[in-house]
Amino acid sequence: MTIAITRRMLIGGLAVSLVPVRANATPETMQAAIADATGGRALREGKVTLDIQPLIDNGNTVPMRVRVDSTMTGVDRVKALHVFNEKNPQPHVLSVRFGPRAGRAEIATRIKLADTQKVIAVAEMEDGTLWTAAIDVIVTIAACIEGLE
Amino acid sequence: MAAPLVSAPKRVRRGDVFEVKTLISHPMETGFRPGTNGTIIPRDIVQKMRCRFAGEAVFDLELSPAISANPYFIFYVRAETGGALEIEWTGDNGFSASYSALILVE
Repeated sequence: MTIAITRRMLIGGLAVSLVPVRANATPETMQAAIADATGGRALREGKVTLDIQPLIDNGNTVPMRVRVDSTMTGVDRVKALHVFNEKNPQPHVLSVRFGPRAGRAEIATRIKLADTQKVIAVAEMEDGTLWTAAIDVIVTIAACIEGLE
Repeated sequence: MAAPLVSAPKRVRRGDVFEVKTLISHPMETGFRPGTNGTIIPRDIVQKMRCRFAGEAVFDLELSPAISANPYFIFYVRAETGGALEIEWTGDNGFSASYSALILVE
């Protein structure tokens, strides 16, 4: 799929970003979503690696890889991994619960990003501790809300 | 319904961790985009993806509209005993797809 950047798209994107009525996710709703998924416990930075290119041309397919430093045994096991964003229409990106057959606490996929924003990954360990990593991503073509031409 | 594409090894060594890649054809319509007539196109996404190996859970995944069209996932499975790798996708409008293949552990 190729998308040509037309002036209309740029103007359209600008217009969309200026519409104030759209109830997009905000840093606050993202924090609320994180608290919802984790029970509001304290997050610590570390263990988690969130790989996204810092400069994204097309927000419709953004390769992302999340990895947690874990042997996947005993209390070191990762129970769940969540990814959140700040400015898409909804703060939630994905949640994965690992079972006994998970080989690594690692998953790679392609996501949509509607704007230049922060993406946060949160890992929940077997012992209940929460680890996090965040990354700032610059997006030139927005996804999710762009209308059809 | 389009068949999912899955890339996994046919045989692996006991205790090894192997990589699985999956791709499924789906529009992942967000429910936030206006269509050509100006009305919002209703949401149509894959909501859940579950993976089992030899009857035990590998993971349960919850997707959101922020996953790109044609969801592509790479993940890792630990081989202890051989068995079927089973993957299941379910979503809006009764969407469902599944994949199953035997993997030999030696």
